[in-house]
Amino acid sequence: MEKRRIYVDNSATTPIHPQVLEEMMPYLTESYGNPSSIHFFGREARKAMDKARERVALGLGAKTEEIYFTGSGTEADNWAVKGVAFANKKKGNHIITTKIEHHAILHTCEYLEKQGFDVTYLDVDEYGLVNPDDVENAINDRTILISVMFANNEIGTIQPIEEIGKIAKKRAVYFHTDAVQAMGNVDINVDKLGVDLLSISGHKIMGPKGIGALYVRKGTRIDNLIHGGAQERKRRSGTENVAAVVGMGKAVQLAVENLDQHVRKMTSLRDALIDGIKERIPHVRLNGHPSQRLANNVNFSFEFVEGEALLLSLDMEGIAASSGSACTSGSLDPSHVLLAIGLSHETAHGSLRMSLGEINTREDIDYILDKLPAIVEKLRALSPLFKQCEGGKVSV
Amino acid sequence: MYNETVMEHFTNPRNVGEIEDADGVGEVGSPQCGDIMKIFLKVEDNIIKDIKFKTFGCASAIASSSIMTEMVKGRTIEEALALTNKDVVDALGGLPPAKVHCSVLAEQAIRAAIEDYRAKRGK
Ligand SMILES: Cc1ncc(COP(=O)(O)O)c(C=O)c1O
Ligand SMILES: [Zn+2]
Repeated sequence: MEKRRIYVDNSATTPIHPQVLEEMMPYLTESYGNPSSIHFFGREARKAMDKARERVALGLGAKTEEIYFTGSGTEADNWAVKGVAFANKKKGNHIITTKIEHHAILHTCEYLEKQGFDVTYLDVDEYGLVNPDDVENAINDRTILISVMFANNEIGTIQPIEEIGKIAKKRAVYFHTDAVQAMGNVDINVDKLGVDLLSISGHKIMGPKGIGALYVRKGTRIDNLIHGGAQERKRRSGTENVAAVVGMGKAVQLAVENLDQHVRKMTSLRDALIDGIKERIPHVRLNGHPSQRLANNVNFSFEFVEGEALLLSLDMEGIAASSGSACTSGSLDPSHVLLAIGLSHETAHGSLRMSLGEINTREDIDYILDKLPAIVEKLRALSPLFKQCEGGKVSV
Repeated sequence: MYNETVMEHFTNPRNVGEIEDADGVGEVGSPQCGDIMKIFLKVEDNIIKDIKFKTFGCASAIASSSIMTEMVKGRTIEEALALTNKDVVDALGGLPPAKVHCSVLAEQAIRAAIEDYRAKRGK
């Protein structure tokens, strides 16, 4: 097989969809008005924003006035957690979240702890699942917010959001979910889920980078995060990134329209990759839940090898993936998600995430399955933790 | 992110393996990131005649092990002991700052192997 360029890092970001780019282009060129201006340039931009907001609202089963555009998924997460915390601090100072959230939630919660809030970080089981009973048991009379991610970005585990939503409603606690990875891979309806706040991001769903949105259920008490010129109906200031907003609207529309077909295609590619790896490579562990997982997520630990070495070797073969190894984190710690599901440091060290997308084909999977076994074998031959016994049997 | 020398040592590491009747063996691990390096020595007349390594770690750790074995092979025990992490990083033509901690193992591993050699010989 000739050398290829294969992108299996779609949870990091995705390429922009041609139809998204096409709809954005006018707002990067001739339609450059500021949506706050009352002249026709401004009105054109305003109209485009309204349409995008409707599309996002429709995609989430929300009302248009419940959708606020932000500068990223990270900002949406920050706003949800800090905004609710600060607006409700007279009522209480307790927040419930999980140990496997994205840093956009975790580091925000750690910041709030410094501001005097109490945060409960719930454990997850070996598959990365949160137990709704644990959520209920953690609620006390000072609890003001529950934030549980919809789907995990590393291991793909999908949480029982609907069940947690019922608990939150029964106990009258605000409920936020980070749906950045779930969007486009899971059916989302804010009423069915029972969430009060929900974050999404443009660039994970073939939209542009630097744009996100926060759904805020009508009547939710939430402070502003960004103060200034009163854009976004006085909730989020700053002249709007009109082209990105338009792109986000189109990306959400396409994600929702194509959901069933996308999930079917991703599931088939994912399962071929998972089965192929299990067949070809000994001493591997699939991280995450066997069935309650994102259709596009594959995450394995390869015992006795380190993830960065694996990534670089794959890179040299033209395969772009990612890892939860400490050596790729810059912080010296392996992924907090892999540790939370109970992996040893060594096993977390050898993790590889391959996240699939619309651009991937069955040929890509075959190419990966052709290259990966030899790479793992080569690195294992270098590893002092791995010993090959006589007779070809492997021992540790 | 890595320069050509590092990538070259990572792809074609020198002196990989084990020495069965080694005169000294050193194994060190980074408590922070989890990388592990193991060094095997053959010593004759105070000179490192042969050296092999095995490393569980990233490209930085593997390349550092590889170049370190080249740097000390044929050298005296004292010369090998004088080797510093900076020497290893310099020989590699530099490492990204965040990856230097993975290379420290090379200096520690050769020292551990020499200590083991001295302890065995002392007996
Ligand atoms: C679960 C999750 N939340 C939040 C974010 C942050 O989104 P953004 O990159 O738009 O800031 C990401 C992206 O990595 C994510 O995977
Ligand atoms: Zn390392």
